[in-house]
Amino acid sequence: MAATRRLGRLEPAALQGVMVREVVNFSSFWRSSTFSSTVDPTIYLLAFGFGFGSLVSTVAGYDYVDFVGTGIVATTVLFSGAFPAMYSTFVKYEFQHTYDAILAAPVDTEELVTAEALWIAARTGVYGCVPMLVAVVFGLDPSWGMLLVPGIAALAGFGWACFGIFIAAKAKSIESFSYWQSGLLTPMFLVAGTFFPLDKLPTWAQVLGNVNPLFHCVELVRHAVFGFEGWEDIGHLAFLMGFALLSWRLAIRFMERKLIL
Amino acid sequence: MDCAISMRGVVKRFGPLTAVDGLDLDVRFGTCVGLLGPNGAGKSTTMKALTAQVIADEGELEVLGYRLPEDSKQARAEMGVVPQLDNLDVSLTVEQNLLVFAHLYRVGPGERKAAIERALRLANLGDRRNSKVDQLSGGMRRRLLIARALLHEPRLVLLDEPTVGLDPQVRQELWALIDRLRSEGVSILMSTHYIEEAERLCDTVTIMSHGKAVAIGAPQALIREHAGAEAIEVYGPPARLTDVEAAARGRGWRTRRTGTSVSILHSNGATDLDGERRVTNLEDVFVLLTGEEIT
Repeated sequence: MAATRRLGRLEPAALQGVMVREVVNFSSFWRSSTFSSTVDPTIYLLAFGFGFGSLVSTVAGYDYVDFVGTGIVATTVLFSGAFPAMYSTFVKYEFQHTYDAILAAPVDTEELVTAEALWIAARTGVYGCVPMLVAVVFGLDPSWGMLLVPGIAALAGFGWACFGIFIAAKAKSIESFSYWQSGLLTPMFLVAGTFFPLDKLPTWAQVLGNVNPLFHCVELVRHAVFGFEGWEDIGHLAFLMGFALLSWRLAIRFMERKLIL
Repeated sequence: MDCAISMRGVVKRFGPLTAVDGLDLDVRFGTCVGLLGPNGAGKSTTMKALTAQVIADEGELEVLGYRLPEDSKQARAEMGVVPQLDNLDVSLTVEQNLLVFAHLYRVGPGERKAAIERALRLANLGDRRNSKVDQLSGGMRRRLLIARALLHEPRLVLLDEPTVGLDPQVRQELWALIDRLRSEGVSILMSTHYIEEAERLCDTVTIMSHGKAVAIGAPQALIREHAGAEAIEVYGPPARLTDVEAAARGRGWRTRRTGTSVSILHSNGATDLDGERRVTNLEDVFVLLTGEEIT
């Protein structure tokens, strides 16, 4: 007679277990991770804000430093969300065999992926604020809306983390990340309204920009800081939520395919 | 339910390869069962099926009374797994590795500390608790892997090639550890291709070849049945060995080549053969049944 006790899906205990592993591991490499996640955007901010900002003073009605300072929040989220997810997932799968150990415990792939993405999302929520705070030092006026930025960054970061896990699940080797990076992530990074507004670009580029989650993140952060625009921002938020949901399910589907034979 | 593990007609194919081909396997509660077979016999696939990391194409699997794969998570909560490949977190300390798995195995907050201390004692790593894993020797890492699987005091432990690649002395240390678990009543399924390991530790063994169980029984019973009580080992140049083989077969005895010699099995009472007499062992059975030498 088979026993019938069955554990459910997405259990807090399983999510917590996977996250504890991430947090304990993070304690041994947080310095390097925090360094790259905060120094990179600061350099972009300084280079564009002062280099380019000396040529143009205002863009799309904003001071250029304000424009870039808010835009870079979104690229920080992309870099500190997608890249760690891609590399750490691949390394844990291919070299450390970590997932073998975790899946032998009472944890399912769905919980594994969700917990790892949530942890990266929490990090992007924090890292995303760094360039904004640096911009404040350089003249961006603080506003109450800034308090929403960690939440926006974490939502977008969850989407990017899941997308990164999805890329790692599809990748046969770590070299194949180059295709995703150069073919998809770098163009997305540039055509997102971070450094220059999209509305002066040809129509096809504007269309591409509108399906780029990063663009919606840039807009939402900018509007959170300078004032929301009603329905338009609800649209941006909905897009980011849709992106997060889709990436989440894709990451789970393809990780299951990779991990469960 | 008197079996910790019960498999019936389990089949697993990877494309054109059938890794497990209609396997039946039982592990009765409180016993240690060895899954013995050459590389590629399907041992690891079988082990992975028991944690639902491999989903069988056909057949029925029950672990601790839970049907797999649908109730696998509950089964995994109540068993411990020692993997063949070392998957410790190398940048963490011994204690941190145990802490992480105390969480993954849902050891309650009030019991975690005691569970970790117990695991450290069991693995004899108390004085290395703050060492990073990459500073440990191979034997210590293996002991930590075993201790990690025992944090939640499982009723069933799966050991996949627990001593592969270790020095003989370290291997014996681990045997003592496994034997202790067995004596505490933990049910154990252990895959191995070290015959001596199975002979010493296992109550019964299942010999696998090409995904099938080719023999099941207690080691001594299998030896008596398949190899007889005594073997005659004949040394000589290859031509002589070939003659001896032919002569033995002519009298209905089975033989096996062991490098520089021929072992004649089931030759009890034969006095006219010129060779060294020795006690038969599980290796003789293994080679007879799988047709493969141990490397």
